[in-house]
Amino acid sequence: MDFKQEKAGIILAGLVIGVIAAVLVVLGNPLNMGFCIACFLRDTAGALGLHGAANVQYIRPEIIGLVLGSFLLASFRGEFGSKGGSAPVTRFVLGFFVMIGCLMFLGCPFRMILRLAGGDLNAVLGLVGFVCGILLGVFFLTRGYSLGRTYKLPALEGRVLPVVQVVLLVLLLAAPAFIHFTEAGGGPGAQHAAVLASLAAGLVVGALAQRTRLCMVGGIRDVVLFREWKLLAGFVAIFASALVCNLILTGVTPTAYFKLGLAGQAVAHTDGLWNALGMLLVGFGCVLLGGCPLRQLVLAGEGNTDSAITVIGLVAGAAFAHNFGLASSGEGPTANGRIAVLLGIAVVAVIACCNTFGKKRGE
Amino acid sequence: MKLVDARGLSCPEPVMLTRKAVSAGELPCRVMVDNPTARENVTRYAQHQGCQVSVAEADGIYTLTLSK
Repeated sequence: MDFKQEKAGIILAGLVIGVIAAVLVVLGNPLNMGFCIACFLRDTAGALGLHGAANVQYIRPEIIGLVLGSFLLASFRGEFGSKGGSAPVTRFVLGFFVMIGCLMFLGCPFRMILRLAGGDLNAVLGLVGFVCGILLGVFFLTRGYSLGRTYKLPALEGRVLPVVQVVLLVLLLAAPAFIHFTEAGGGPGAQHAAVLASLAAGLVVGALAQRTRLCMVGGIRDVVLFREWKLLAGFVAIFASALVCNLILTGVTPTAYFKLGLAGQAVAHTDGLWNALGMLLVGFGCVLLGGCPLRQLVLAGEGNTDSAITVIGLVAGAAFAHNFGLASSGEGPTANGRIAVLLGIAVVAVIACCNTFGKKRGE
Repeated sequence: MKLVDARGLSCPEPVMLTRKAVSAGELPCRVMVDNPTARENVTRYAQHQGCQVSVAEADGIYTLTLSK
């Protein structure tokens, strides 16, 4: 595939993903939350009883679909490869704090784009923080930051997370008593598209992201590092297509899918400083991880067990965030959440320093 | 010939190591990677730098030869 085809492919994929995200909201997902990897992992953690926030508990089929879509396409194309061993515990910690940053902002980088496309100007400050975090990560990358090499593992290792997704799907459909679901009208966890629609959306987006290597962090990072615009083009395409869909939907339905402003936005708060600092932590942590939460799910589907560990770190972060009052709400950030974000930035900085200046790795 | 062993390294490290070699004028050089994403990224970067790239694959390891 030549460069022009690559770029056209990722723009097309971005346009399709933006439409799918907008349609999921029409079908029942919360506003500006057609996709949110952080929110959906948090909801799934709640459904499994890992946290007790009754308003955000639901096994999100989009997550199941993303991993399985990537797994199926990677297997079909001969790109599935079980590997791992690149600082898994460090990746767990990074994943944990990336989630703390996401839940300060109330969204992952993917939802940040969708919030922008819905007219939520709080996400502009999130984007500013996100770019600053990426620049911090790039500072360390250019000085030799590395978490070391991955190694080949038995195929079974790489299949564990995809199999767990099948188990989650069974639990969602069977709905046994020990799985928690937010009651109707009880919060964002109760707002969701039908299972089949969400699952299909996840499968398609997972496959598209696997094929195009779409990554929200990689887009900005590659422009800064290499003046390479391919991944950023996908990012921009998602924004453009979700924006156009939201404007059309606002025109033809009674619901305001696009509402320009800071106040009164869906599942968002207006504390600009903490929106920015939350996303700074996300950008910084994700550069050190090598990709955004969406990319981690897709890599996990391709058999990368380090990414699977990162996903588990994200889930653990979500559980902690809601068990210890770290997550923001529409009212704003909490005191505990502010401390956790500052602590997270410090921990991520220490990880960056130790793996840049601590010892020679990677070469 | 300079050998850049980028096997097992995660994105964007293979491209960064390649950039280091290309910037130092160590061409021709060989870059070893172990996944299609790194192969595509290194190829794209090298071609943007005006290099010719040939790729050989054996046992899941891609060896890219970069020259001008």
